[in-house]
Amino acid sequence: MSTQEKEPLFSAKNMNTLLGPLGRNNPILVQILGICSALAVTAKMKPAFVMALSVTVVTAFSNLIISLIRKGIPSRIRIIVQLVVIAALVILVDQVLKAFVYDISKQLSVYVGLIITNCILMGRLEAFAMGNKPWPSFLDGIGNGLGYGMILLIVAFFRELFGSGTLWGYQVIPQWCYDHGYVNNGLMILPPMALIIVGIIIWIHRSRNKELQEK
Amino acid sequence: MKGLRNYLNKIKPNFERGGKYGRFASTFEAFESFLYVPNTVTKKGAHIRDAMDLKRTMTVVIVALLPALLFGMFNVGYQHNLAQGVEATVMQNFWFGFLKVLPIIIVSYVVGLGIEFIFAEIRHEEVNEGFLVSGLLIPMIMPVDCPLWIIAVATAFAVIVGKEMFGGTGMNIFNPALLARAFVFFAYPTSISGNEVWVAGLKNGLSTVDGYSGATPLSDAAAALSEGAQSIDWSMGTTPIDWFYGFIPGSIGETSTLAILIGAFVLIWTGVGSWRIMLSCVLGGLVMGGLFNLIGANVLMDIPAWYHLIIGGFAFGTVFMATDPVTAAQTNRGKWIYGFLIGVLCVMTRVLNPGYPEGMMLAILFMNAMVPLVDYYVVQGNIKRRLKRAKANA
Repeated sequence: MSTQEKEPLFSAKNMNTLLGPLGRNNPILVQILGICSALAVTAKMKPAFVMALSVTVVTAFSNLIISLIRKGIPSRIRIIVQLVVIAALVILVDQVLKAFVYDISKQLSVYVGLIITNCILMGRLEAFAMGNKPWPSFLDGIGNGLGYGMILLIVAFFRELFGSGTLWGYQVIPQWCYDHGYVNNGLMILPPMALIIVGIIIWIHRSRNKELQEK
Repeated sequence: MKGLRNYLNKIKPNFERGGKYGRFASTFEAFESFLYVPNTVTKKGAHIRDAMDLKRTMTVVIVALLPALLFGMFNVGYQHNLAQGVEATVMQNFWFGFLKVLPIIIVSYVVGLGIEFIFAEIRHEEVNEGFLVSGLLIPMIMPVDCPLWIIAVATAFAVIVGKEMFGGTGMNIFNPALLARAFVFFAYPTSISGNEVWVAGLKNGLSTVDGYSGATPLSDAAAALSEGAQSIDWSMGTTPIDWFYGFIPGSIGETSTLAILIGAFVLIWTGVGSWRIMLSCVLGGLVMGGLFNLIGANVLMDIPAWYHLIIGGFAFGTVFMATDPVTAAQTNRGKWIYGFLIGVLCVMTRVLNPGYPEGMMLAILFMNAMVPLVDYYVVQGNIKRRLKRAKANA
């Protein structure tokens, strides 16, 4: 016990917990979780960023809280307890968004509420927070939130650039392109294109990490 | 010619893997086998090498496509001059269309083959012949005024997402050429729908004779429905015989049912295309059209069933798209089901959803996705039947 307490806050193991989900263990690319919201909110970068931030906050703190009380949760009703914690946090986040970024909260509409059903949250609680100490659980939550947010932003980058010709709401494709017959890609606005882009990212990710390829 | 062979033999060692230009091994191999029959001989075992390899199969399809392509070129010029009310000879019409269509074909081949070559080099594989046909099919199902950059983007999408993502030629679920068209249809709808895109120059303010709209028979029908008319007013007074010969606006290669029938004859005669799929597809269209005739609730349902076979892309899709050996059903009974449902779905989309006047593209893509299921149940059915027979005989 005493040896574990001496472990520094950012030991190699903890760093791995934090950074693993950004690459080898990405929740979207490897575990294929949280796809639904990745399709729904990635038409523009700004909502995607807010969504990523919200999910990161909720995963981090739900991981932390569940890890703190993990020894007191009867295992038969643990899912309900987990859901209560997540739901409380999501409502908090929703209220904050409504108070400070009302426009984006409008754009995200039901998807903020649907964070409750995001598979990444339950997955991390079950797989990590129930069996680990609070600090690593907190890092794991942040790491998974960031790994999720990273993919969201990449998808949103391409969708907004080619679908609307803008980035973060600012026009980046110059007007003379449109004058010469360039047209925004209508398919990029539609959710199927998000699926195709996620597919392409998975394809690149797998071909660079050979050990992930299924035989 | 001998000199070329000798020259190729001389530079060949440079292109072996690990050689000076080893990076381009696949490219070299592709050009060499394009020029000469590869002299690979089976050394062991009782394998039969047929001269009818993939390359020859593809060549047969290209030959089968030629009548429709040549007629399409002529029709591009013919429609253009008809819209202007200008008299022109057959050769003038053809030449105009040739100059319009050639850049589209070049763009499609350059982009598609470029991507195929790059992927072949990355994967250290031979370049596949699969794109030879897709590269010609893509221009033939596009409207003539589609901007070249859109064709390039659509071709790139079809090859990368439709083929390479699944592992290259022979692995694709969807027909790449149709995927290119579907991409344009959903991504750039203004360049592939409406009345103005099917005739060269119409979109850029070509001055036309009075009453010329450039509408295809299918858009005439959809317009009649939305206006609540009692009967369909076929624009320019075209008749079914015009539709059969193909003197109507439409995508470049699909207007002439006659030219497509010549292609169908070549495909069936050489055994490259499946007659089962073609026949069942036509049957499916007729049955569904007949059913709608019986209901007869609106003008679209009243279109005689056999009209559906000669307007729009039905004939072209049936002969050249549905029979794609990779994406079609593999079992004989599966082919009947697959073709029949394509015909049914095509007519159903046309009649029930005038927002998608061309049902053929969506019908084939949908059935492409269903093919593994169809084949699975056909094979399972065979197994069950034979087990039963074996038990009865035992």
